[in-house]
Amino acid sequence: MSARKRRPERLLTHRMARWVDTRLGSAKLARTALNKVFPDHWSFMIGELGLYCFIVLVLTGVYLTFFFEPSSNQVVYDGSYEPLRGVQMTQAYHSALELSFDVRAGLVMRQIHHWAALLFLAAIAVHLIRVFFTGAFRRPREINWIIGCTLLILALVNGLFGYSLLDDQLSGTGLRIVYSVALSIPLIGTWLTSLLFGGEFPGPDIIERLYVLHILIVPAIIAVLLSAHLGILVRQKHTHFPGPGRREDNVVGERMWPTYAAKALGLFFLTSAVLAFLGGVFQINPIWIYGPFDPAQVSAASQPDWYMGWLDGALRIMPGWEFRAGGFEVPNPFFPGVLLAGLTFTLLYVWPFLEARVTGDYAEHHVLDRPRQRPVRTALGAATIAFFVVAFIGGGADVMASTFGLSVNAILWTFRFLILLAPPAVGWLTYRLCKELSARDGVPTASRVRVRDIPGRLRRGPGAADTAPAPESAPGG
Amino acid sequence: MSDDRPSHEAPRATTGDAVLTRSGTRVELASAACFVVAIVAAIALAVVYWEGGQPQAEGVLLALALGGIGVGIVLWAKHFMPDDEVSEDRHPMASTDEEVAAFTADFQAGESSLTSRRTLVATAGGACAALGVALVFPLRSLGPRPGRGLKQTPYQGGGIRVVREDGSPVRPDDLEPGGFITVWPEGHTDAADAPTLLIRYQPDQDFEPVAGREDWTVENVVAYSKLCTHVGCPVGLYQSDSGLLLCPCHQSTFDVLQGAEPVFGPAARSLPQLPLAVDDSGYLIATGDFSDPVGPGFWDRGR
Repeated sequence: MSARKRRPERLLTHRMARWVDTRLGSAKLARTALNKVFPDHWSFMIGELGLYCFIVLVLTGVYLTFFFEPSSNQVVYDGSYEPLRGVQMTQAYHSALELSFDVRAGLVMRQIHHWAALLFLAAIAVHLIRVFFTGAFRRPREINWIIGCTLLILALVNGLFGYSLLDDQLSGTGLRIVYSVALSIPLIGTWLTSLLFGGEFPGPDIIERLYVLHILIVPAIIAVLLSAHLGILVRQKHTHFPGPGRREDNVVGERMWPTYAAKALGLFFLTSAVLAFLGGVFQINPIWIYGPFDPAQVSAASQPDWYMGWLDGALRIMPGWEFRAGGFEVPNPFFPGVLLAGLTFTLLYVWPFLEARVTGDYAEHHVLDRPRQRPVRTALGAATIAFFVVAFIGGGADVMASTFGLSVNAILWTFRFLILLAPPAVGWLTYRLCKELSARDGVPTASRVRVRDIPGRLRRGPGAADTAPAPESAPGG
Repeated sequence: MSDDRPSHEAPRATTGDAVLTRSGTRVELASAACFVVAIVAAIALAVVYWEGGQPQAEGVLLALALGGIGVGIVLWAKHFMPDDEVSEDRHPMASTDEEVAAFTADFQAGESSLTSRRTLVATAGGACAALGVALVFPLRSLGPRPGRGLKQTPYQGGGIRVVREDGSPVRPDDLEPGGFITVWPEGHTDAADAPTLLIRYQPDQDFEPVAGREDWTVENVVAYSKLCTHVGCPVGLYQSDSGLLLCPCHQSTFDVLQGAEPVFGPAARSLPQLPLAVDDSGYLIATGDFSDPVGPGFWDRGR
């Protein structure tokens, strides 16, 4: 030990680093990386959580590809799950059953993969909410906002593709709904569905095509965009919450090496541990209970994975309207399916530009807002969340009806009103709350709030107190 | 060594002091214990796998192995690594005017030599555009032209028996009053667009046929497409007393006694009806295709 310490050049790692450096000159760059400063706040870990879920998804997903056979060929089941023996099914469903019952460690890998997908989307959604309410999307971070929105859509789509691959009754029903929503798009819907499914539903090629999309194309795009997302984060440096010594022209936090790196690595292991526990102990997507897909069958309580729940709920809540003229029509699913999703993501994409335009604030911002400082933005965000929560819960209308013995019609009527009334009500309440809270804080100017209320835990390093909080550029609007 | 790292405000905090204290020793022990737990769990995981595998045990042991490493590292980082807060300068993202001007000058120097050959610019642009268009064509191979397929089912032409999933034909009397079964056109029990509901309404129920379809039923047996006109789920729940059909997917409700018109939910169109008759052997046949294209709507459905 002590001998090694005296002569570090004998260490293998040291010699390898030297070898690389003499060819790339990497030491200077690597040192900059070691000393990179990352602000510390619990809410900054949420996006990181999503990254770790993605890594777990890739690792478990690769394992699954060794056993899953994406094929619509018909076979007869003869595996170890008694109730389905002798049942005709596609090769895809058959191999998913084998993976679950006859491949050692197959089921736990499949369930970890599914739980990781659920948590991946949750992390992305909460990270988006954090970024929105703290104004972290403002200049100069609009590009990363756009990349983030794209990542959200890709993650949603790939989750849907993933659980649609297995060709069980539930996923087949989901695919049928996806097909019908795509079919409802005026002018191109019929062509689009025919090209995607290889013909009319169920289509001879859909499983094979979803497989290529799910395991190659979409994850590759996610990996590229994720790298860009992180690269831009490093280039622009992280935002920080207001606090003593934290200004627009600095970034206060921990050095990457060693503390932050160790904490990040620890968080990766902890995330994986939680996913492994969930995958081992909590059953998810028990496809053997649903049975193979039969287009003439469906069971009640057909709910999608949580992140598609808002769309399913919107489909239910929408009244039975459609437009018809001269033999042409805009079918009903177009409005809650295509139009709602299109509007949602368009608004998300343009929000930073919209807000800058309305407030006239085009300045660079690196110090985050507290939500109460921006009552209008916070209220609009809360109202939007209320809309999607109502839609999401509405997706369980049939389950609520059977659980509580209520009329499903009454429940859906309630949700039709709620989806219109809840957003303005929540928005107004949030607005009032923001005003109250900032009034309690005193004059809601940026600098005042920063001194009085230090969000999160602030550890003052020696010397940090020497720097007085500098006057901030006044928040626009 | 002087500390020239990006830090105005904080010299590196001295660490390692905690190790010498009693609590430091405890933390170090706890952290080491976590790693030992991870080692034991990893070995146990391998043993469980070797012995035949058990999903719950695999998940818990994997969680212990990963979690042990995770907690161990976090304890280590929190107690024995520097937690000094430092400040790094941030500079405006934009390049300076001089940098932009220098770039612009270099770029324009190259650009002018490119654009001076107008013929080349135009033809090269045209070539790339033509290639781009040509490369779109293979997409056409992905699927057939959507045509009559969406508007037809195997019932087309009529004179086809309706059969159960096992291929057996159906007599009207096979259905109890108030009963219903799912049938297909004979020889097409795997056709996804053809599942049909045969419903025998109760004698005391007031069935009102749609105008022009008065002879489409046989002995109180009426046939509708099973595919919901909303997004095509099979409409599988029938309340025979009220004559209401409910789609379990999105709760669209259809009135069987009124031409299966939608009475609640997102569906906007009636379920297409199938004209029924009996053949010489007394089995139910379809005399033609459904009254409308089945399943979900599309933009030129009515053309």
